[in-house]
Amino acid sequence: MKSIKNHLSLIVALVSILFSIQVFTIVERSIDAYKENLANNYSVVVVSQTKIEEKTIKALNPLIAEISELNPDSVIKRLNTKMDTKNLELLKVTLPKFYRLKLSHYPNPVEVDKLTKNLLKHKSVTKVENFSHNHDSVYKLLLLFKEVISIFAIAIFVVTILLIIKELRIWQYMHNDRMSIMGLFGAPIWLSSAVLFRLAIVDAIVSSILTFVVFTYLSTNEWILQQFSYIGIDVVIFDNVEDFSILFGVAIFLSILLASLIVLGHKEEV
Amino acid sequence: MDKVIVAKDLSLSYSNDETIINKANFSVDSGSFVFITGASGSGKSTLLKSLYGALKPQQGSLIVGGVEINGASKTKLNFLRRHIGIVFQDYKLVKEWTIEKNIMLPLIINGYEKNVTQNQVDSLLKHVRLKHQAGKYPLELSGGEQQRVAMARALSHNPILILADEPTGNLDDYSSGLIWNLLEGANTQLKTTVIVVTHHIPESMGIDYKHFHIEYGSIHEVN
Repeated sequence: MKSIKNHLSLIVALVSILFSIQVFTIVERSIDAYKENLANNYSVVVVSQTKIEEKTIKALNPLIAEISELNPDSVIKRLNTKMDTKNLELLKVTLPKFYRLKLSHYPNPVEVDKLTKNLLKHKSVTKVENFSHNHDSVYKLLLLFKEVISIFAIAIFVVTILLIIKELRIWQYMHNDRMSIMGLFGAPIWLSSAVLFRLAIVDAIVSSILTFVVFTYLSTNEWILQQFSYIGIDVVIFDNVEDFSILFGVAIFLSILLASLIVLGHKEEV
Repeated sequence: MDKVIVAKDLSLSYSNDETIINKANFSVDSGSFVFITGASGSGKSTLLKSLYGALKPQQGSLIVGGVEINGASKTKLNFLRRHIGIVFQDYKLVKEWTIEKNIMLPLIINGYEKNVTQNQVDSLLKHVRLKHQAGKYPLELSGGEQQRVAMARALSHNPILILADEPTGNLDDYSSGLIWNLLEGANTQLKTTVIVVTHHIPESMGIDYKHFHIEYGSIHEVN
């Protein structure tokens, strides 16, 4: 019972760290997916006196991914009743060209500003509509959300590191006796600390498996998937290979670090 | 006769201010039985600690089993300790291991095969009359029984030297008798060198022994 309790304390600390890492990964992925979504729905409109070649516009700023010319027919249709055909044809020729630019990713306010300036440098471009007011508020909301989650993840991380330090002291007390006795009978350090490393590795494996089970369940949970579909994004909650490898690596690293610190801090009894 | 221990101008201390053993000269022949006596705090246990390298000499030279303790690397000390059996006053048994596993410890460290280890442990458990307690943990045993386990552990790997620190200190007559018999047996039958730190030399000792007495930091042989 006591032994299970000793295992549990490290497992709980490791699971909380792995949990916070995975939650942070999911948030990062969600924000990236949301940004991509925003980028798809966000465009800049350029007004030009003359027709501009696609490659000329693209050369102005690397953010520009796609260019499409806006058809002026819908505007002309509204004037249709008051003008005769000849004037309408003349208007079509003299009307400035409108282009909609799709961007490679959702830009930050600085990038939007730079893009606007670069476009205006072209002699034919007379106006650039970047909808900066809307863009800025969405972007700031996104940043705020990301920062709140980061602070939350860091707080969990700090608390669990403190838990692990406490665990380190308990383990030091628990294993010092046995390591000292083994040392008195000539056991090399690898042998006297073998039990400690075995415990640490077992705890790392158990905590990785527990985290795997929890996130595998969450990634198939209807309610969670529904929440993501509400905001119109599709996010991988848990990648069985990539995410599990990262979490397992972190768990093994932390537990071996903990065991190594105990071994390094071990003093021979005099 | 070969010397297992040779001390020349040996000084021991825990810090630089207080010297516990001061420039001692002595030697111990291989296969001999040695008692070290002295008043409480005279430095008996300190001397014993230096013999297994837990305390390095402050000055002078101390050679145990051919290993110069001063300046010996950890690997050399481990090598030496693998050939020594130690009986501690406070037993020093691993609490979370059964007594069977505690006795196995030196055999595991020395890399003995499993069947050899098991046979040796079974035989020792019979000798210390604890066969029926093999699966118990140290804290489930009395002080006398724990010391018998410690004794069995010290003998398990047939060491060249046994160091015992007041092995019968607080024990009943039965356990004390068993321990003295085992120490005598190891010395006479296996030719193991035995060094015992004690307050009283038992009157019933049936073998020849050497007696060192520690007083005011110096060690002298008692004839």
